[in-house]
This record gives sequence, C-alpha cells and structure tokens, in this order.
Amino acid sequence: MKYLLLICGDESAAVHASDGCEGWSEEMTSRGVVEGGAGLAPPSDATTVRVRDHQVLLTDGPFAETKEQVGGFCLIDCEDLDEAIEIASKHPATRYGTIEIRPLLAGPPPDLS
Amino acid sequence: MIEEAVAAAFRDEWGQVVATLIRVTGDWDLAEECAQDAFATALERWPRDGIPDRPGAWLTTTARNRAIDRLRREAVGAAKLKEVAAMTYEPAPADDSGVPDDDAVPDDAVPDDRLRLMFTCCHPALSPEARVALTLRTLAGLSTAEIASAFLVSEQTMARRLGRAKQKIRNAAIPYRVPPAHLLPERTPAVLAVLYLLFNEGYSASAGADLVRRSLSAEAIRLARVLATLMPDEPEAFGLLALMLLHEARSDGRLTTSGELVPLEEQDRSRWDRVRIAEAEALLEAALRRQEPGPYQIQAAIAACHAVAEPAGDTDWAQIAGLYDQLYRIAPTPVVALNRAVAIGMAEGPEAGLLLVEDLAASGALADYHFLAATRADLLRRAGRHSEAVTAYREALAQAGTDGERSFLQRRIREISA
Repeated sequence: MKYLLLICGDESAAVHASDGCEGWSEEMTSRGVVEGGAGLAPPSDATTVRVRDHQVLLTDGPFAETKEQVGGFCLIDCEDLDEAIEIASKHPATRYGTIEIRPLLAGPPPDLS
Repeated sequence: MIEEAVAAAFRDEWGQVVATLIRVTGDWDLAEECAQDAFATALERWPRDGIPDRPGAWLTTTARNRAIDRLRREAVGAAKLKEVAAMTYEPAPADDSGVPDDDAVPDDAVPDDRLRLMFTCCHPALSPEARVALTLRTLAGLSTAEIASAFLVSEQTMARRLGRAKQKIRNAAIPYRVPPAHLLPERTPAVLAVLYLLFNEGYSASAGADLVRRSLSAEAIRLARVLATLMPDEPEAFGLLALMLLHEARSDGRLTTSGELVPLEEQDRSRWDRVRIAEAEALLEAALRRQEPGPYQIQAAIAACHAVAEPAGDTDWAQIAGLYDQLYRIAPTPVVALNRAVAIGMAEGPEAGLLLVEDLAASGALADYHFLAATRADLLRRAGRHSEAVTAYREALAQAGTDGERSFLQRRIREISA
C-alpha cells in the first residue's frame, strides 16, 4: 500500500529546512519502505498554474494561502495505515509541524515503456 | 415465539456474523447485506424447520453462502471464493449458549472477529462521529435510520457518514485487526470511549425522549460485556462495564414521572437495582485486584460509593474526594476538578468546596458549562448564603440544556426564596 507523506509546517518550520532527519531516512530506507521524497523550496518560490479556456494562467505563490504549507514530501510503500502512522510519527517534522498521510489511488502500475 | 428467537439471535449474533464476513470477504457492505439476508431467511425458515441448535453457526453459514453466490455472480477470483467457502463459524468464548469452546485452539491465538471489528470501527484515524456510527451499525446492528434518529441527523447524513467511514477504511487501508500489544495502550481507550459515549447518549436522553435513543445505553452495556469477555486482561474494560451498570442501576430513581431531575441525595434508593449493583461491585473488585487503576475503574469506584450508601447521609464523601484526587491525577480535566470540588464540599464543608469552585470559575475553563453555576449555587445554598445562591441558580437556569434540569433549578429557587 502506497502513501504520500506531506510534510507541512508554518513559517517557523523553515529553520528546520536543513536539519536532516535524525536517522529517520536511514531507518526507513533500510526497512525498504521509502520510494522517494525531497524537501521543497519555500512557498514564496512557488508558481501556480491553471489552464482556463486554453489560456495558461499563472499565479505567484502557492495554490492556497494557508498558515501551514507543504515543505517536503515522501512516498512510502508499507503494509497498512497503522504502519504508515508509525513511520510518519517517527519523522522529526511531526514535532514542530504536521504530516498528512494520503493514500495513493490504487490503479494499474504506470506504463513506463 | 419464532420472531422472539430471531430477535434474540439478532441481538446476540449480528456483530459476530458481520465481523466474520468482513474478515473473510474484506467487503463491509457485502458483509452487512449478507448478514441481513441471513436474518431474513431465518424468519422464513425457522417457523418451518425449527430453531437451529446453534443459531449463530446457522446464521454465519447462511450469510457465507449468500456471499459466495454474490461473489460468484460478480465473478471474483477463485482464490477469494475458496477462502469464503472454507470459512467456519468461530463460537464466542465462554458464552452461555451451551456451545462447547474449541479446546484445541486457545482463545488468545484466535482473536474473536468482533474484537477486530471493534478496534477497526474505533480506529483513531476515523472521526469520533464515524466511530460511533460504525460501531452501532456493524456491531450492534442498528439500522441507518435508527442511528440517524438517535443522533438527531437526517438518514441521508448518517448514510453519508457511514459510507465515508467505510470508504476510508478501504482506501487508506486501515487494518482489520486487533492492534499488536505495543499499540493496545493507545488504542484501547478509543474503544472504551466510544462505548461510554454511546452509553451516555442513551443515559442522558430524558424519559420522554424516543426509545431508540434510550436503547443506546442497553447496546453500550451489551458491547461492553462483549469487550470485557474478549479482553479479560484489560481491567479498564471491566471498570467501564461496572461503571455503566452502576449508572443504569440508579437510572430509575433519577427522574420524576414528569421528567424532572432528582438530585442524588433525594433519590428513593429503594428503587435502585440491587442485583445490578452487586454484579458491578463484583466486576469492579476483580478489576481493582489487578492493581492497574485507570479512569473507568476510578469512576466506577466513585459510583459504587454512592450505590452502597443507604440512606444518602451514609455516603463516604471523604473516600469519594480521595478517589477524585486520584482521578484528577490521571485525567486533569476541569469537569473532574468540579466534581472533586463537590466531593470536598461534602466531606469538609461547603466553604471548602466553594474555594475550589471559585478558582475554577476564575480560570474560565468551564464558562459555558451550566453545571459550574449549578454547583456553585448548591454550595452557596448549603453554606446558607441564600441570596448569592439564587443569583447562581438563575445563571445556571439560563444555560441549562434540558427541561428536566430547568424544572429542578426552578424548584431550588422557589425553596430558598420561600
């Protein structure tokens, strides 16, 4: 079962951007549950794209101006929601921000050929 | 007669049949529909063929056969069909139906499907409203319409709530299992909380409220009995059951025939159900012997102090105050603090209680809670400060939620003003 972990925080979380993950990545990689992930540049560097009536419309900034913004993500593959919760709760970002666990829609594997 | 037998089987077996079918088919809707069909079939067949020796096994087999038919029609994989076909009835441990337990398999190796279902329904990733609704639908077998009416929402809203919850269980892969031992300490309280909330929904419904709402208390007690049987090593499950039984035992004297609230000290204690009180005391004693106190055991111990005091003047308020101290250490909520103040007011005099209540009022934590004003009023009345008491009773009156509470507060005002 695959889940996307959306690592979120408010502005104050920025100071943790280069903290590293205190061994979380190492543990989860050795368990074989991490499929990918990265930290993100701040929302002020974001560009939001919409296409309406064949027109590309751009907005400076994130898609929603909320207090908490996505600051990183991680794709995991594990047994069930309980394991996903355990993995997320060990991530240091849960202590200053929040992690949203989103199950991926089940579907046929992507055709990469 | 047959209808009664089917109704009894529904009460006793519904949860087990649904829980087993969910485990085997992984499909909550299919499980409920097939269980429903099985009970409908029982209504048809039992009058003709007689009541089976093991109604639970009969119903599970019938529901399973329905599931096989349905899955065959939907042409699912052969592996799933085989699994469903091989499914057998697992009798509940230590039930009194005369069905012998399977000695070859220790109970703890084969967790009862109902326990899996309880933990899944009460998974903390579901909203509290969804947990309650799912528990009532899948374990207690209440219809969507009945649950909707108990929680004063439309049937459509309740159907959506149930649908969303089942969808999340499926899409987010909430596991259908009893959590492993290391997760039990954080997961068990959620199950206990759902059952206690159900109980209180029924208990706080006034005498005039519809019967569906009142029946929630009975459902909660039934589920708490199942939980205690299935978790013999969890003293809090026994504490919760004892607490519910103690409240239920005293429910008869709690309201006048016109629905007015009767304060504990004025209740006719001869109307309390001594059999239930004795059962609760035995359960509580057994739980306390394990020396793992928790909030439900302590609350049950407090309720037991009241239940055994006859007349009201014999109530051991010092012990109750001590128990509230203990409860406050584990669960430092403003409501517990308020109850502690009441107990201290009774044990040490109203002025001692008032000091604590004033502190609590100053903290602002219970500003909208009408029992705060009512408690203050009562302590002021006991202290003989009548004009201040009337002001406080009026304040409580403005915030009171039910007619029964309002008429009680009005009576108090009349009594002191006289």
